[in-house]
Amino acid sequence: MKTLDALLSECPVFTGLDGETLELIAGCGRNVRFPAEQHLFREGEAADTFYVVRHGVITLEMRVPARRPLVIETLHDGDVVGWSWLVPPYRWAFDARAAEPTAAVALDGACLREKCREDPALGYELLQRFSQVMVERLQAARLRLLDVYGDPRAA
Amino acid sequence: MLPVLTTRRESEDTFTVELDPGDRLAFAPGQFMMLYAFGTGEAAISISGDPAEAARLVHTVRALGPTTQAICAVQPGEVVGVRGPFGRPWPVAEAEGGDVVIVAGGIGLAPLRPALLWILSRRERYERVTLLYGGRSPEQLLYGDELAAWRERDDLDVAVTVDVARSDWRGRVGVVPALVATARFDPAHTVAMVCGPEIMMRATASALSDRGVSAERIHLSLERNMQCAFGRCGHCQLGPTLLCRDGPVFPYAQIAPWMRVWEL
Amino acid sequence: MTSGDYRHLQREGLDALVELLARRGFTVIGPTVRDGAIVLDEISSAAELPIGWTDEQDAGTYRLRRRDDEACFGHVVGPDSLKRFLLPPTLTVFSARRGPDGKITMERPECEPRRMAFIGVRSCDLHAMGILNGVLHSGAAPSVSPDETLIISVQCGEAGGTCFCTSMGTGPRAESGFDLALTEVVEDGEHWFAVEVGTPAGAELLAELPARPATAQESQEAALRPEQAAAQMGRTMETGDLRDLLMGNLEHPRWEEVASRCLSCGNCTMACPTCFCVEIADTSDATGAEAEREQRWASCFTVDHAYLNGGSVRPTTQSRYRQWMTHKLSTWWDQFGTSGCVGCGRCITWCPVGIDITEEVAAIRASDTRGDAS
Repeated sequence: MKTLDALLSECPVFTGLDGETLELIAGCGRNVRFPAEQHLFREGEAADTFYVVRHGVITLEMRVPARRPLVIETLHDGDVVGWSWLVPPYRWAFDARAAEPTAAVALDGACLREKCREDPALGYELLQRFSQVMVERLQAARLRLLDVYGDPRAA
Repeated sequence: MLPVLTTRRESEDTFTVELDPGDRLAFAPGQFMMLYAFGTGEAAISISGDPAEAARLVHTVRALGPTTQAICAVQPGEVVGVRGPFGRPWPVAEAEGGDVVIVAGGIGLAPLRPALLWILSRRERYERVTLLYGGRSPEQLLYGDELAAWRERDDLDVAVTVDVARSDWRGRVGVVPALVATARFDPAHTVAMVCGPEIMMRATASALSDRGVSAERIHLSLERNMQCAFGRCGHCQLGPTLLCRDGPVFPYAQIAPWMRVWEL
Repeated sequence: MTSGDYRHLQREGLDALVELLARRGFTVIGPTVRDGAIVLDEISSAAELPIGWTDEQDAGTYRLRRRDDEACFGHVVGPDSLKRFLLPPTLTVFSARRGPDGKITMERPECEPRRMAFIGVRSCDLHAMGILNGVLHSGAAPSVSPDETLIISVQCGEAGGTCFCTSMGTGPRAESGFDLALTEVVEDGEHWFAVEVGTPAGAELLAELPARPATAQESQEAALRPEQAAAQMGRTMETGDLRDLLMGNLEHPRWEEVASRCLSCGNCTMACPTCFCVEIADTSDATGAEAEREQRWASCFTVDHAYLNGGSVRPTTQSRYRQWMTHKLSTWWDQFGTSGCVGCGRCITWCPVGIDITEEVAAIRASDTRGDAS
């Protein structure tokens, strides 16, 4: 049975952090399991807890009246779910739902924010790593916006 | 002119047409034919069939203009004009002895299908083989049954993703290039074959480079205006290359500088 | 064949030559005056040559002017070239018919072997023929109809206003590629031709004409003519590292500058003796029962030349001008192993706004951006 910091170090967003830092972050975390279809969080809720997927699939989606929810993105092993805990107003913009039974590490965002305020170096390190995640998600979102598979004749 | 055997609708605007080649079918994966719709015109279409299957000449065609619309509308018994095959094929022989990553976007899976079938029929000559495939939505994915069969194989890693889906889609939603980061292959011993919209190919080549695959071993299949298909009409030029003769498959190392020049 | 092995042929010998060719069943194509220009057309006698005419050429300028002698070849090249005969402006590739049973029959047009004699061909155009034939026969192209051709070339004694063949290594002296080469000498009341034999066919032709070996002095006079032409060249193009220079300057500001002048009219591509782009056009009649495929001259200056999926890869004049010039001077090397330019000057003369390819090269060379921090 791996320790929490060992599990965290396997996730790309935390890989490479030294043992002490990992322990610090692990101090804000706990193992969680979601059965299929359970929501991790919903649009509009306070973004205090975020997650790192250990094993499973999380769907980020948006509810629309009279239609089935539209999927923004699916997140898989090793992916971070949620960064709204890092930036005000600390509110979730989407729903997140387990598409299948999923094991994850839940991290207390409020607790981590406090630790970053006390240790700016830690804060900078985390912000850099999460910026990377945001950039990758933004690039992907932009690629999808371009609708590259659409009719190429469209202006 | 070859007779039509069958046609099958893959999605709203895409059809797979099978022709009877008579006795003279020989092509390498990645090559294309010039298909002629009587009185309408010719279009360069990649062959999407199994190279080992001599009795059927298969193309998957997307109806984007008068010629491709006419080809998509043919019925069994009618005929389609065929010239070819033309072009430089996928480096399936060069890839032997190492890992192979096949990355397809949209109808880009059509010219890669012959390469995948070739590799699967000589599976022992390759190490790890991966297919990364994506399309706009689940309804636009090609070769549904065959894709499902590929996913069942334990000698083939398959990851499929779509750009948009409703929540009844049980698979991934996200872009194809993002699949490269977590695919299992050894970058130092991998040949990658990529085909799809140019934006997708550039983003994929970038992701493969980030993983450490050298630019000489990443291969793309490009598209330009093609008319004669044998290097004489001047239309398919991209910088110093004639796509019909020097391509359409190119190592990224060779073609990247020309792809980067605006309006070349 | 050594050049400088001259035979002497009196002026009347030229008439005899044209008659001889006609008698042997050749269609004789030579320069002739029509519509204010010297163009290539079928001639039935030497009298139809531009006797006593010369051309004044400059950027965007072409005028005919009367000479003060009766020289037959006292001009340089006009708006057309042998390209028209090697690669016809329109050509039916096939005709097809769909019967009521759906069966399709296809027919290729009958190509009668043509026997053509080209007279008055300049060195630049000889090189252009070589280059164009190299393109037309490259790769797995279907065979061209068999032609029997004879080439009677002319050694230039005067440079035209836009010529730069010396820079391109294509003249003014023709060294090979001809059956016979004529150097016209009109001086001190004398009018004769120095003839060089290039092939056995040429020798055999000459044997039927009243020619005698040239004297040493006559040979000297003849040899001088192309040297005079070379000395008169008004334009030069430095070709040293031209191929890399252009491909290394694809984002040079000069392309935008020339595009502000270029009308994208395509005259240059039509006049150029090596431009070979063609479009393949499929048509059918209103009933859809008869179809035809035609091959027609095309130009990279048209927006739809690079049509792809509803748009053009080169929608601006800037990218299209760059395509033409870089293909002609640079990527032609990659594709066909030679330069595409023979320095004939036609593109300069026939450009309505007088864009000069030698000037464009010089401008880019003068402010080469390679080595700039990018």
